[in-house]
Amino acid sequence: MKENSRRGFMGKAFGAVAGLGAIGSLVAMKKSWDPLPSVKAAGFTTLDMSIYEEGVMVTEKWRGKPIFVLKKTAEMMKSEEGDEAAMARNIKVGNDNFMIAVGLCTHLGCIPAFRKDTGDFLCACHGGMFTASGLVKKVPPPRGFDIPPFKIDGNKLLLGEVGPEYQSMKDNGVTL
Amino acid sequence: MAHFTKATSVKDWLNQRLAVETVEKVMASEYWIPKNINFLWAMGMILAVTFGLLTISGIFLLMYYQPSVDTAFYSVNYTIMREVDFGWLWRHVHGVAASVVFLVIYIHMFTGIYYGSYKKGREMIWISGMLLFVTFSAEAFSGYMLPWGQMSYWAGMVITNIFSLGSLHFDGLVEWIRGDYVPAQAFLNRFFMLHVFLLPLAIMGLIGLHFAALRIPHVNNQDGEEIDFDAEAKKYLAGDTKNSKVMRFANDFLSKDLMVVGLFLIFFFYLVFWHYGFALDPVNFDPADGLKTPAHIYPEWYFLWSYEILRPFPVDIGLVAFGFAQVIFMLLPWLDRSENTVPASRRGKFAIWFWVMLVDMIVLTAMGKLPPEGIFSTIGLVAALLFIAMWIILPFITKNEKKV
Repeated sequence: MKENSRRGFMGKAFGAVAGLGAIGSLVAMKKSWDPLPSVKAAGFTTLDMSIYEEGVMVTEKWRGKPIFVLKKTAEMMKSEEGDEAAMARNIKVGNDNFMIAVGLCTHLGCIPAFRKDTGDFLCACHGGMFTASGLVKKVPPPRGFDIPPFKIDGNKLLLGEVGPEYQSMKDNGVTL
Repeated sequence: MAHFTKATSVKDWLNQRLAVETVEKVMASEYWIPKNINFLWAMGMILAVTFGLLTISGIFLLMYYQPSVDTAFYSVNYTIMREVDFGWLWRHVHGVAASVVFLVIYIHMFTGIYYGSYKKGREMIWISGMLLFVTFSAEAFSGYMLPWGQMSYWAGMVITNIFSLGSLHFDGLVEWIRGDYVPAQAFLNRFFMLHVFLLPLAIMGLIGLHFAALRIPHVNNQDGEEIDFDAEAKKYLAGDTKNSKVMRFANDFLSKDLMVVGLFLIFFFYLVFWHYGFALDPVNFDPADGLKTPAHIYPEWYFLWSYEILRPFPVDIGLVAFGFAQVIFMLLPWLDRSENTVPASRRGKFAIWFWVMLVDMIVLTAMGKLPPEGIFSTIGLVAALLFIAMWIILPFITKNEKKV
């Protein structure tokens, strides 16, 4: 009887030590798989917004993903008037208006192509279309282009950091 | 304490220390296999041999492959294919075997379903087999990443995106799996580790479990007959080999097994030398480019049926249907409510169920390869709905099955 309780105690003591060790190693294993500091540090891209030309779509790269940058023409701005969904996505830097978005189709992640003549985006994978402001023009994509976190700093735009303009877009459900 | 005597031979020396004679009996000469079987019973050995081919060719590829996003593509397509003597052979053997192994797995699986080899004590064989299917699938996917071509990259992107679970948007989980915002160095390195170490280790362990699960219920036979293996073995050992319903694993069964393996290997090396193209996607001969999507992303043929169950639905429903397809086969021993362990041909409605399921999976596979447009999209949707409906009705049609 005495012997048994001693063994029981030893078993429980071992269980406690082993359990602690197991939890500790799981934490270490989880953390070892996290993106490295160097990867995270490389997760910021600064764009000089003064160099873009009106109506020319430029693809930049942020966190390995394509970023569409389109400086809107006066014509594009005019056609957006009254369209609240499109206006809400407009990013104003100085006196210029931009469409900035992650250039991946929200359906399955293909990269849509910009068509200059019609001023919209067409995805070759499943035929999804987006307007110049990044809204869905034709399904299957479930929502407009996602907008990357950005912070406006004078003429510069820092991708990867949350600024007040981006925060308000997120709060209002303009982007995910 | 064990008593050792002076050995009379090498065999006796080993026998005293390792009981080699007993081991040989238990594992081979007195491991009993029913006589009433056909060539479909050789699929297990074909799979074991193919796994061996994958391991050997993999070892040679591993000696020149470089798991770096800058050099992986060229280490495969230049170093291995052009510089290493016979490097092409290892790559073609590895690629063709990875594809063919799934064909044989599917035949092996449907043989089991047809003959009811998942019932009456054989449930663990079925479960360990399905776990092997899952680990082989993970092994195939992780290996597909390694050449770091366009298809590797975009398949890696799309498949890891599945873990965001649609509207739940678990984007942090996806980034954790990748170790980056997109598939990059950390991703390639960890999938390399999984492919060459952790998953093969798991596969070997599961093969052990799969074999162990066979020991007590024994191999099924063409009529699902319950054989008294002890009595039949006694008859065999007493010299009445003709009337005994069983035979030795080695050399009786093995000789027939290896005959089928030989025929398979002729077919296999015919593919390796003359028709390896089907196992090497042309799109993957372009280096990975995160800023350019291939026009049409599709998985290898063996994943097409489950891909087609994911694709025709809106994102969230598609994911649920996909998850259903992944686990439902595992539950077969409990969804089949019938007591009958006989070939499907003698089981009435189940026979229809079997053939409809087989054809439906072939249709899903074909539609998964085609672009989802027009009539193909409709056929795919119908086939996916049929797949789900078939599994839901299975318990009902088998519950009322007449006892045979």
